[in-house]
Amino acid sequence: MLDLVHDVLKRAGGRGATAADAFLLEDQAFSAQVRLGQVDTVKHAREQHLSLRVFVGQSVAAASTSDLSRASVERLVEEAVSLARVTAPDALGGLPEAGDLARSIPSLDLHDPTGHDLAPEDKITLARRCEAAALETDPRITNSEGGDFADRQTRYAYGTSHGFAGEYETSSFSLSASPVASQNGQMQRDGWYHATRKRERLDAPEDIGRTAARRALRRLGARRVKTCEVPVIFDPEMAASLIRHIAGAAAGPSLYRGASFLVGKLGEQIASPAVTLVDDGTVPGALGSRPFDGEGLPVRRTVVVDKGVLTSYLLDTYTARKLGMASTHHAARDGSGVTVGTTNFYLAAGPTDPRVLVAGVKQGLYVTELIGFGVNGVTGDYSRGAVGMWIDNGELAYPVEEITVAGNLLEMFRAIEGVGNDLVFRDRTAAPTVLIGKMVVAGA
Amino acid sequence: MLARPERFFEDRFGLSASALDRLLGSELAGRVDHADLFLEYRVSEELVLEEGAVKKASRHVSQGAGIRAQSGERTGYAHTDDLALPNLEEAARQARAIADSASSSAVVAVSGGKPHDLYSLAETPITAALDRKVKLLGQMDAAARAADPRVRQVIASLGSEDVVVLIATPSGWTVGDVRPLTRLNVTVIVEENGKREMGGYGGGGRVPFDFFLEQERWRHYTSEAVRQAVIKLHAVAAPAGELTVVLGPGWPGILLHEAVGHGLEGDFNRKGTSAFSGRLGQQVASELVTVVDDGTIANRRGSLNVDDEGNVTRRNVLIENGILRGYMQDRLNSRLMGMAATGNGRRESYAHPPMPRMTNTFMLAGQDDPADIIRSVPRGLYAVNFGGGQVDITNGKFVFSASEAYLIEDGQITKAVKGATLIGNGPDALTRVSRVGHDLKLDEGVGTCGKDGQSVPVGVGMPTTRIDGITVGGTQV
Repeated sequence: MLDLVHDVLKRAGGRGATAADAFLLEDQAFSAQVRLGQVDTVKHAREQHLSLRVFVGQSVAAASTSDLSRASVERLVEEAVSLARVTAPDALGGLPEAGDLARSIPSLDLHDPTGHDLAPEDKITLARRCEAAALETDPRITNSEGGDFADRQTRYAYGTSHGFAGEYETSSFSLSASPVASQNGQMQRDGWYHATRKRERLDAPEDIGRTAARRALRRLGARRVKTCEVPVIFDPEMAASLIRHIAGAAAGPSLYRGASFLVGKLGEQIASPAVTLVDDGTVPGALGSRPFDGEGLPVRRTVVVDKGVLTSYLLDTYTARKLGMASTHHAARDGSGVTVGTTNFYLAAGPTDPRVLVAGVKQGLYVTELIGFGVNGVTGDYSRGAVGMWIDNGELAYPVEEITVAGNLLEMFRAIEGVGNDLVFRDRTAAPTVLIGKMVVAGA
Repeated sequence: MLARPERFFEDRFGLSASALDRLLGSELAGRVDHADLFLEYRVSEELVLEEGAVKKASRHVSQGAGIRAQSGERTGYAHTDDLALPNLEEAARQARAIADSASSSAVVAVSGGKPHDLYSLAETPITAALDRKVKLLGQMDAAARAADPRVRQVIASLGSEDVVVLIATPSGWTVGDVRPLTRLNVTVIVEENGKREMGGYGGGGRVPFDFFLEQERWRHYTSEAVRQAVIKLHAVAAPAGELTVVLGPGWPGILLHEAVGHGLEGDFNRKGTSAFSGRLGQQVASELVTVVDDGTIANRRGSLNVDDEGNVTRRNVLIENGILRGYMQDRLNSRLMGMAATGNGRRESYAHPPMPRMTNTFMLAGQDDPADIIRSVPRGLYAVNFGGGQVDITNGKFVFSASEAYLIEDGQITKAVKGATLIGNGPDALTRVSRVGHDLKLDEGVGTCGKDGQSVPVGVGMPTTRIDGITVGGTQV
């Protein structure tokens, strides 16, 4: 694969590019969905993708293609170089300093060499067992959006005109179920999932299915509550969604454009002392790990918020130069160029059993699902639709829906009064249970 | 460059009609209820201006084939981006493996009629000269900065694509489409006394580049973005709780898309997982409400000459005077439900199997004067611009986020309020519609709908509409 990357970089140089980088992605994927015990959809996919970024002097452009024929690659180079001739020069553009490039490529155990070998029928069986367990949990589980198994293996090769060349292989596996519960004419859907880099590490299909069923069942009989201002507890999945908003606001592109509520806040207390946020791309076998970033810089562990103090932004080379800082090695690639992305991003576990957090709330909301896009990244203003359980005298009393939770992300993070000890990595971004002292819940 | 799709794939990839016939015939004919091949070639381009200059430009080519085989409720789908014939044969075998027996001998009839001709352009937007595009983005930057001294940052982007598709079935039937699409967007960030806000606006469709120059549309987009950002600087906290809400015309039609549109897609109704399942013929909205999904409007972003299964698109009445009249269907779900395909089988690309999806979804105009509607509200919210929305199909709860809204006090529009999410119950929300304006407007052409990981361009629209009671997720208790 690196041969093709070297070849396209050489051709770019021949066409007048003064610097360039390129990556090649090869992907093989399978997915199976079973619904009510019957195979619903099975998908096989094979994809490849070559992406080139060229600099002509201080101007830059990018091009990509899924056609790797000689003629098509030649056209790719031509188009990238001619596009770079119409873009405006930018003195801060360019590849990272050669001295900063990763010198060795760590082995992070991201590939499962045998996990994909399972026959399609056996993969379908995993999806079927997962869904069946959900359906058998309770007679009120009456329908299903299905059980799903998916696996994917990806080979990625990246090279630059100033000497970096690296490649790696990754695997991913996921299993999920989405049952529908019904009672008294009301239907409620929920789901549960697991994703890993090793097939053997997937939770048992029956465990996933039963959890999905319990989640759907506990929503039955949901009602609205009156508008009020109360403590709000976010379950681990929803707490993870909150820290994603912090990652977005701490990312270089939003900062230099002034489009972030964290502009100028480096070194300041932006959250309660209970909050420590870490991004760590070096964890062996983890879903967000990678041996080097999108510009060939070595990945590392970055403390973004330390006991409430904003200690680092998330930057690639260009946005770091714009802000007069150094890259934090968070470059990610898409076909159009370089963006910023997290690796394994998490809220460090706190000392408290999540049940104790709930027990300490007299009247409040326990949030298990959020919908909608009501987050303003410039101001931090926050307003989303919520589903969850009402807390009455320290107990999860009854399900609630058709309500919203609203506040401002900075105020919400400062108002975090408790962090659970229940941090589990189910995804690239993870958090334990979080208690926010006060938020507005709008309802009837 | 983009002549007839049949010739395009033959000339470029050697995929002649007879080669496709052999592929589909030998691998799929007679062994499944339905099979099809979807060939796609897509060229896209994006230019982005920020800090006064176009510093980012990219161009992408993607091509591939998706092969689908269906028996009963089973679908086998395989896709590849290598269009060499042996690869396609392998994909056909993979697709068939799972759907290996025909459950019936019924041949699925292709819905008749000639494909529409809704967007053939003399010059597609992607082929317009680059220097004209760069110049336009520069003019938008200058206009935004001239409009208000508080403008700190202007980001303007122009995306264009040409997509050629060809759909073929084992019966030897093929249909193709050439689909141009473009979208121009501008985002501004304004600052006053250390407080920052953002505003955005845009438009587009299956139109030539010159569309943006006609009537100086680009200038309208720019001044709207600046106006919205500046209004937000002084917005007060939005109220929390149930209120009467008046929606402005146009883009607020996203309400229909979320509240009823998704719930009327055939797949959820066939599976019985939609809050609208089994409710055909019932009253689901006020009798003032008629909602249609129309894929046949010339040059609109959500329009298609044929859907991604080759069915000719139509104007489908979903709700007529409050009564639920029809679902939106693709081929699989229409066959399983014993209903007609409605031209709503869509997919993001060759890498995805089709599903029932919306095209342009809107509410028909009513009788009322929009100014009277606002005057009729003693206390409420007037919401005119929205960000995205989302719906839980099964329990019917939907949200959509107001990005520009005002308080109505004693029939007058007063203060601007901060963005807030509105939440309601799909089967119930439209029963509370009490006034419908005569000012139906479609959106400017920027909508993208996501479902099950697939994004497709769509349109929405509505007249000024009063809804008596919807929960507003503000912070002012």
